[in-house]
Amino acid sequence: MLLIHCPYCDETLPEPEFAYAGEAHIDRPADPQQLSDEEWRDFLFIRTNAKGPHYERWRHINGCARFFNAVRDTVSDKFLTTYKAGEARPDLAKLLEGQK
Amino acid sequence: MRNFNAFTLAREALRGHKGWGKQWRSPEPKKSYDVIIIGAGGHGLGTAYYLAKEHGITNVAVLEKGWLGGGNTGRNTTIIRSNYLYDESAGLYDHSVKLWETLSEELNYNVMFSQRGVMMLAHNVHDVQSAQRHIHANRLNGVDNEWLTPQQAKDYCPPLSISKSARYPVMGAALQRRGGVARHDAVAWGFARQASAMGVDIIQNCEVISIDRAPSGEVTGVQTTKGPIGAKKVGVVAAGHTSVLMEMAGVRMPLESYPLQALVSEPVKPVFPCVVMSNAVHAYISQSDKGELVIGAGTDSYLSYSQTGSMHILQHTLDAIIELYPMFSRMKMLRTWGGIVDVTPDRSPILAKTPVPNLYVNCGWGTGGFKATPGSANVFAHTIARDEPHKINAGFTLERFRTGRLIDEAAAAAVAH
Repeated sequence: MLLIHCPYCDETLPEPEFAYAGEAHIDRPADPQQLSDEEWRDFLFIRTNAKGPHYERWRHINGCARFFNAVRDTVSDKFLTTYKAGEARPDLAKLLEGQK
Repeated sequence: MRNFNAFTLAREALRGHKGWGKQWRSPEPKKSYDVIIIGAGGHGLGTAYYLAKEHGITNVAVLEKGWLGGGNTGRNTTIIRSNYLYDESAGLYDHSVKLWETLSEELNYNVMFSQRGVMMLAHNVHDVQSAQRHIHANRLNGVDNEWLTPQQAKDYCPPLSISKSARYPVMGAALQRRGGVARHDAVAWGFARQASAMGVDIIQNCEVISIDRAPSGEVTGVQTTKGPIGAKKVGVVAAGHTSVLMEMAGVRMPLESYPLQALVSEPVKPVFPCVVMSNAVHAYISQSDKGELVIGAGTDSYLSYSQTGSMHILQHTLDAIIELYPMFSRMKMLRTWGGIVDVTPDRSPILAKTPVPNLYVNCGWGTGGFKATPGSANVFAHTIARDEPHKINAGFTLERFRTGRLIDEAAAAAVAH
């Protein structure tokens, strides 16, 4: 079971308190009317599916209920960090340096 | 390779089974091949077999980063059925069931296909309506499926509790009698043995590091841990790692990889005569010929390549199992494991050409690829050999995510997702 740090509650809690919510930093198209079929496909369906560090969303569904973002290594399942929704992507090189 | 028959079996029985020899060759890779298949699971080995058998293409290599059949082929719960809702799915999965029915004879290898019936339980009004819709749709497509009352379900599977006070009361069930199970390892071994005998090179411990493309774009070969290997055509059949491999050719995929867990109990005498699935409560169960109860759980919620999952997923499944089959409440579980399944947005596979010339992909089987092994391999070999899909897999394209012509088993599947 994963232990997940909620950046709002500032507590590390067991996975059943949380819901996974897919890849992070996928922006809704600013002007949906102007999108081509290829751009819609990419927005709706194409995912990075990274093997290694992955930017993803979680929701503290059985707690504060807020969405936040995380960087997690999908090979070890270890979280590198979690951060509040709306914050910029953390610098991956620094995070990996911090793990050593 | 020596055939298995009554005469050779009797002779080897008298000689202590010392004369069988290796069942497939383990050659070093050649400089180049007509076709390279990446991934030596059932689907990949089967593709190589049908390329050689039905299309006369024997200059083929199957590259495997680990060992043959060590991925999801060896990790699934071996359930076989074809009671899918949509026409395209029924066509593809029933093609596979028909091939399963003669596969042991065809491969001269006992894949232990047992049509003991797959029963899917309905626990609420929605389940009942959905199951009956499936039954009608299946029958229109020539796929057998029938409705059982709770008592008929109990007669078919005596360990099942149909108590009205159960937490998940059984309101009926859909039964596909042609469904069943097979020995998963034997499928990989059987395909490997015949493919190898026809000249296919199976190269294990050979990881693909990159995919080579000519300046004009077409695939020309692969770089591996055993050096470069040229190829006129490359087929990616790599389940959970498909995104990683396709990225090497510059193709981004509509896939996400999740852990799917399963477990087996200690072996006991025959107690469970069929396969029972309960989608609403996420529990699949059958009994292997060794006597273990084979139990399938749901996927973990998060993307992962770790081949392990969280304990609470297994606990949830076992909660349901002992509620449905109270007699198993004291049973000890022997092993649990996980496999990484590649899931598409519409929960249907992709068996198709790609935007890159001479590159083909067979992926997206999600939580239910084992049942499709021979059918998938058969039509994928056709797609590679003719450079166009068979009519059975014509709808399972990558293009459908652009055109919107999805095969949306996600919303209406016979299976839990």
